[in-house]
Amino acid sequence: MCSICGCGENELAIHAHDHAHDPPHAHPHAHDPAPEAQRITLEQDILAKNAEFAAVNRRLFAERGVFALNLVSSPGSGKTTLLARTVQALRAEFPVAVIGGDQQTANDAERIRAAGAPALQINTGKGCHLDAHGIGHALERLPLPEHGVLFIENVGNLVCPADFDLGEAFKVVVLSVTEGEDKPLKYPNMFAASSLMLLNKTDLLPHLDFDVVRCLDYARRVNPEIEILQLSARTGEGMDAWLDWLRQGQRSALARQVNRLEADLAAARARLAESAA
Amino acid sequence: MHELSLCESIIETLTVQTRRQGFSRVRRVWLEIGALANVELDALRFAFEIARRDTVADTAKLDIVTLPGQAYCLDCAHAIMVHQHYDPCPRCGGFQWRLTGGNEMRIKELEVE
Repeated sequence: MCSICGCGENELAIHAHDHAHDPPHAHPHAHDPAPEAQRITLEQDILAKNAEFAAVNRRLFAERGVFALNLVSSPGSGKTTLLARTVQALRAEFPVAVIGGDQQTANDAERIRAAGAPALQINTGKGCHLDAHGIGHALERLPLPEHGVLFIENVGNLVCPADFDLGEAFKVVVLSVTEGEDKPLKYPNMFAASSLMLLNKTDLLPHLDFDVVRCLDYARRVNPEIEILQLSARTGEGMDAWLDWLRQGQRSALARQVNRLEADLAAARARLAESAA
Repeated sequence: MHELSLCESIIETLTVQTRRQGFSRVRRVWLEIGALANVELDALRFAFEIARRDTVADTAKLDIVTLPGQAYCLDCAHAIMVHQHYDPCPRCGGFQWRLTGGNEMRIKELEVE
């Protein structure tokens, strides 16, 4: 388009614009009909595509009885140590697997494998979060922990991962006591999006000025429904409550799968009886 | 900086929609972003300039409509306005409220040709 008078590109090529441009702009040359502008109403969520991929992942988890969690935190909160300890504690009870997201390196996946669970590392490169599409592809390469728990360890970042549904049952936010008690207020979207908060590294509390009561109050201001557990992955203090929370989630996922399968079975039997009659 | 991801997602939607409906270019895009959504508007505008290059939207104007934070307070049973996730209820001072609007990230409308 001509930047001077707004006429079409073709005219610009065939005339030198030597005519006067005073309004009302007579334009003695021929114009192609200007492209007509139209409005389209979309009302579509910006992340609709991610939501579609997340729905596919969620369906897969439901069909295979997988309790999937999306672990989010800032870098250095102790997610990987927590997961390594969790894997060690639970792998004899039911299948567990980990998908880890980091910008670079496969260090975390190696630590999880050393703890005894299948692990897959997604390097996001410059990306600041995992998305449902990437998780879908990771699931093609990782043996799915059927009837067990899948941990998705997101990129260390308290902002961006809050928006991206991966198909998980819950987001679990890990906050360590070395980070400052006002993190829930500084990054409210993440705490609002999470169902469980783990306050980690509590063994360090005697050495810090961290105000636990205030921190928990801040978290509940942002999200009155958030569950909170305090633990130290390093010493094991408080780990039992976390492991019980996981066992309960795993049993619920399994119970839902059983209900679904029984409903399917009943429907198939009814159809069979009908066709025999 | 997930605003770039958001913009890539917006551009993908614009590309699909304009082609599907037989148009060639997007002139203008209207977004609706909630006041409590996890989006930095300046970063979103900056990212849109980058994401739109060499696409159907390479000259498209971006208009952002901010939607207010609306909530229902369970303590005092009133509809309230909030600006942050940690705001107290302006009527009773409690925090037991549920967001009913203000978390949106929507492509509302396009002008195409």
